[in-house]
Amino acid sequence: MADRTAGPLSAAPSAAWSALATVLDPELDEPITDLGFVTSVAVTGDGTARVRLRLPTFYCAPNFSYLMVADAYDAVSAVPGIRHADVQLEDHHAAPEINAGVAAGVGFASSFPGEATGELHDLRRVFLSKAVMAGQDRVARPLVDAGATPAQLARMTLGEVPASVDLDRLRRRRTALGLPADDDAPLLLHPDGSRVTTEQVPLHLRRARLTRVGMETNGEYCRSLLDSRYIGVNRR
Amino acid sequence: MYEKDGEKYFIVDSHSHFWDASRENWKPGREEFAKGWIDCFYGYHQLGPPETRWDYEKYLKVSEEDFVRDMFTDGYVDVAIFQSTYLKDWYTDGFNTVERNGALAEKYPGRLIVNGRWDPRDGDKGLDQLAADAERWHLKGVKLYTAEWQDGSRGWKLTDPMSYRYLEKCQELGIINQHVHKGPTIWPLNKDAFDMSDVDQVATDFPQLNFIVEHVGLPRIEDFCFMAVQEPNVYAGCSVVIGGLMHARPKFFAKVMGELLFWVGEDKMTFGGDYNIWTPKWQVEGLVDWQMPDDDAFSDYQRLTTATKKKILGLNAAKLYDIPVPAECALPDTSAGEQTAPAEQLADSEHLVAGG
Repeated sequence: MADRTAGPLSAAPSAAWSALATVLDPELDEPITDLGFVTSVAVTGDGTARVRLRLPTFYCAPNFSYLMVADAYDAVSAVPGIRHADVQLEDHHAAPEINAGVAAGVGFASSFPGEATGELHDLRRVFLSKAVMAGQDRVARPLVDAGATPAQLARMTLGEVPASVDLDRLRRRRTALGLPADDDAPLLLHPDGSRVTTEQVPLHLRRARLTRVGMETNGEYCRSLLDSRYIGVNRR
Repeated sequence: MYEKDGEKYFIVDSHSHFWDASRENWKPGREEFAKGWIDCFYGYHQLGPPETRWDYEKYLKVSEEDFVRDMFTDGYVDVAIFQSTYLKDWYTDGFNTVERNGALAEKYPGRLIVNGRWDPRDGDKGLDQLAADAERWHLKGVKLYTAEWQDGSRGWKLTDPMSYRYLEKCQELGIINQHVHKGPTIWPLNKDAFDMSDVDQVATDFPQLNFIVEHVGLPRIEDFCFMAVQEPNVYAGCSVVIGGLMHARPKFFAKVMGELLFWVGEDKMTFGGDYNIWTPKWQVEGLVDWQMPDDDAFSDYQRLTTATKKKILGLNAAKLYDIPVPAECALPDTSAGEQTAPAEQLADSEHLVAGG
């Protein structure tokens, strides 16, 4: 369980925690707080938020790791009452480069000189696009189970779908990508934003489900490995 | 061979190691990385049933006696294929080199096949080494770990210009099985290191070679399936899928198996026990006993037949490696190794790649 030490600014630690709950593992599309990646959050008397992060393995990909640390830094820095953020990733092969790069705000490419050719916007978009595919399965699967036909699904708009957490999540991911997310937007969309025809619906749903299975399976691996690294067994 | 309910299963473990991760082999100055690597493997080890878990010290380096008992005596494995992985940036003598694996293989003729490796960053010298390895060890396959660190470089792609020369060399030398394993880093680091578009490209350009994607492209199962459905010479190496999910996350195991059977098909899936991440015994017994759950959530996934299990556990890999199968274990039909057409109805490439 994470340590949320209360400081003199008593509202600040829980506000910092809430801010961290908006940070997603971009590869898994899940909050880092739910995944157990936040080891501790503390706020000192001078308004410094001290956040410690951990990941399932020493070799977790440096690009996704960087995004989580940078997003955590930005989220915590925006909390009222926090004057300075000290966010550190621990037990990771690229921790020195990532922590220093995020603290200095120099970006990914400058944090890994000679090893990167650009920032991580494109990478983030690829995974948001996967999240939008997976999200269509989450929202459409119950409708399929209830007997919706391919023709109905091809015509259906987001406004016609019953309200749910999954629907809100899908709308947010689409908005982040610049894809239509209002009530008139089609429920089913190809990754390029084009409509899915009635004939394409069965295969599209197969792809959406596969994408969801892939991402959720990764999440299960990450949880298992984090457990065995930090909680599970008596080792060494 | 494994026998259950009157059925005989010929077992080819197509992904195994005989590694040396002992402290003596951690390269001076690189201990943190050598330890990080084997600790990561040890995390995966915990996903097996509790009674199969070992203490850390034993895990670092097993003896020949351990290997033979775990694989052949207790583990039902008829033939195992070593996937040599060098990692000389972190391990002084390498993690498990072709020499280390080969020395053991020579003691158990017919039971162990040693695969080599290549790395485009080794240049012309590496091409000569590959030819020498092919002659010395009669290579029919190689393991390609694209995330390997070397002299400050964090990895490579199969589409690098030099990679093409190695693939041509493999074709010439008859090294037809290319086992690809993606890892967390690559150059440049801002790209997704697990991306498989390079495999897709070379599978098209080298139709006579087989590309066995180990760990089914984890953590990119979806990209792997979208590729495999279009490329007749791409195979699903099921290592880590069975060991990592069957016990620890059975519902996800069912979903992943369901998706693989749908997109890739039972003729293109190969068993790998990943020794010594896990031992093969519980994986073989477990898969033979396993069936898709009856739950509604799994109702449109294919159920496994005895033939499905026989193919995955050995017959497909036997065909790729030309391993003789005893008549009592054989089946008349697996299309593994044949250039069957992809399932065209699933290969609507225009909309295939998420985020593409």
